Amino acid sequence: MDGLQIPFEHVLVLATLLFTAGLVGLMVRRNIIFILMSLEVMLNSAALVFVAAGAYWGQADGQVVFLLILAVAAAEVSVGLGLVLQVQRRFRNLDMDNANRLRG
Amino acid sequence: MMESLFYIAAFVALFSTLQALSRSNAIHALIYLIISLLAVAVIFFLLGAPFAAALEIVIYAGAIMVLFVFVIMMLNLGEAGDLRERQWLQPRVWFIPAILAAVLLAELLIVEAEVAAYTRGVEVSPKEVGLTLFGPYVLAVELASMLLLAGLVGAYHVGRRFIDRTGGGER
Repeated sequence: MDGLQIPFEHVLVLATLLFTAGLVGLMVRRNIIFILMSLEVMLNSAALVFVAAGAYWGQADGQVVFLLILAVAAAEVSVGLGLVLQVQRRFRNLDMDNANRLRG
Repeated sequence: MMESLFYIAAFVALFSTLQALSRSNAIHALIYLIISLLAVAVIFFLLGAPFAAALEIVIYAGAIMVLFVFVIMMLNLGEAGDLRERQWLQPRVWFIPAILAAVLLAELLIVEAEVAAYTRGVEVSPKEVGLTLFGPYVLAVELASMLLLAGLVGAYHVGRRFIDRTGGGER
């Protein structure tokens, strides 16, 4: 536990800042591509916390959860980019507010 | 020494993330986002998780970002495409990301030279990760495979109609 040379709190602060940046980007941007990027940033900061906690306690569980987060991110971004193509084809722009008219 | 490497990588990650989410051009934002992911991979490496660092680069910065690039390139096809690509390749676009990437590479080389001294006692080896993944967490692996299957079917369903209708309508 005392083998970790980086202060654990500083890793948490970094992850919080990254998550906040992603959250603000998610709320401010209206371009679907940037919304997906913000989601990636947020998932990535959560994964950073898991890996740091796994290193802090010297357990492999943190990296296992990192692998699961990776699978979630891959599945989410593939479906999300398919929706980007649909929105672009129907409305000729990438404004997220159009997506509430997407039916069928 | 170890801490300063971490703080440099953390600064690079934060700076490139803020840049990525405040760009107006999606390709420029992608370059910064890739730098951010590489910086997080370096932090993983410093935390003694080399397997997670490798996967971060291979899957996040490799596969997922290539998906983004493909979609952005597909959306920008047209007469203006050539002009846009010429603008994308201007040196001022990739100069700062290149510097940040060089900083990260230098950090990795410094750590690599004496890797045992840096991650001594805290490294969680890939073997332990694999044993844990297919031991107590084997049910989670099954759930992840079902999730990936659902993602595959969903992406095929959404994307197939895109291919069919545009192909039939424009030819």
